[in-house]
Amino acid sequence: MAKITYNTHDNKTHTIEVQNGLTVMEGAVQNDIPGIDADCGGGMACATCHVYVNDEWLDKLPTKEDGEEDMLDMAFEPKQNSRLSCQLTVSDELDGLVVNIPSKQA
Amino acid sequence: MNKTDVLIIGAGPTGLFCAHQLGIIGLSCEIVDNLDKAGGQCIELYPDKPIYDIPAVPECTGEELTNNLLQQIKPFNVKFHLNERVEELKKVENRWHVKTSGKQEFDVASIVIAGGVGSFEPRKFPLKECEKFEGSSLFYSIKDKTVFKDKTITIFGGGDSALDWAIELSNTSKVNLIHRRDGFSGAESSVQKVKELEDQGKLNLYTKYQIDSVLGDKNINIVKIKHDEGEVKEFKTDYVLGFFGLIMQLGPILDWGLNINKKTVEVNTENFETNVDGIFAIGDICSYPGKLKLILSGFHEGALAARGCFKYAKPNEKLRFEFTTTSKAAQERLGVKK
Repeated sequence: MAKITYNTHDNKTHTIEVQNGLTVMEGAVQNDIPGIDADCGGGMACATCHVYVNDEWLDKLPTKEDGEEDMLDMAFEPKQNSRLSCQLTVSDELDGLVVNIPSKQA
Repeated sequence: MNKTDVLIIGAGPTGLFCAHQLGIIGLSCEIVDNLDKAGGQCIELYPDKPIYDIPAVPECTGEELTNNLLQQIKPFNVKFHLNERVEELKKVENRWHVKTSGKQEFDVASIVIAGGVGSFEPRKFPLKECEKFEGSSLFYSIKDKTVFKDKTITIFGGGDSALDWAIELSNTSKVNLIHRRDGFSGAESSVQKVKELEDQGKLNLYTKYQIDSVLGDKNINIVKIKHDEGEVKEFKTDYVLGFFGLIMQLGPILDWGLNINKKTVEVNTENFETNVDGIFAIGDICSYPGKLKLILSGFHEGALAARGCFKYAKPNEKLRFEFTTTSKAAQERLGVKK
């Protein structure tokens, strides 16, 4: 279990207990947190689960797989701290993670 | 007006197999898809990636699956309307009239929406001001490259489309290629070619830059780009092109009076009809308790929806259940030679 905080673009904060093994994307979708579309269902094929990760967490996350940076090229306003939330698998180590959901996914 | 029994929206695997099931029971259909080829997500998102969960097919790629389905429906001579998006829907007595973006019209007894996660549309620039130039000096796809001759073109993106067009247009135009990072997702050979062209002064490459703003009256004449570190550059340009791949959007289907929940259409599990009589939804786009977004589920849904269409197409006939192995009628429709 890890507490994940999702800051949505309407300035609301949602802190959710997400089970280990789920992705940060699934944690959002299953808890109806707005702003994560995840059109492809977690296949790293659509870039619609894009989030900005709080800087202090950037180095603690698993490194990006090859395809993730390619997909981020397609994301809406990608930045240095952009990640695809479908590629972040929740574990105890991610307890306290804060992600910010962009204004749009496309 | 195209008159047929059923209009299938979406030429992905689910739509294609539904066409097969319609053909087997003797109904005609035509298929509309916004992409330029059949296959849907299988072709657009993962043509080369293997799929391991098609029953009785241990492994195949999206492209192979699509080709096999096209082969399977060949006997029915299904007519495809590609590069067309459905727009308007109207009920006319017991039939539905549908209009597409390309002004095609259909007169059908029922409709099967097999639209996946929506129709594929180009991803756009995040800037609001880009909209007013779209179609005149800003494009997300190229239909006629001759307009770019001897002009200055600023291309954004790092995938194959961006690289290929940068290379192609550098023959006849002044090209700036802008990408958000040093790495590219396009083919390595194209990346090398772009770097060669840059060395030869035939193309300007700016990496770690993204669009900042576009300026112009009727047409764009200046584009500004911003570096990761904040530095802004501006230059004159006649055209701006953005290649950021495709995104899926439900589009006009949203206005058809269907019960829509989280970008999916609610259906019953008896025949996958929606809340609107004569309109069915199958595959990733439909939702019901227990829905699994698997291709095999889409096949099942298509088989049942096809039978659900029968009463609308042939209200005075009764559909008999038959196996293709033994049914003479089905084998005749398949063109099986004995």
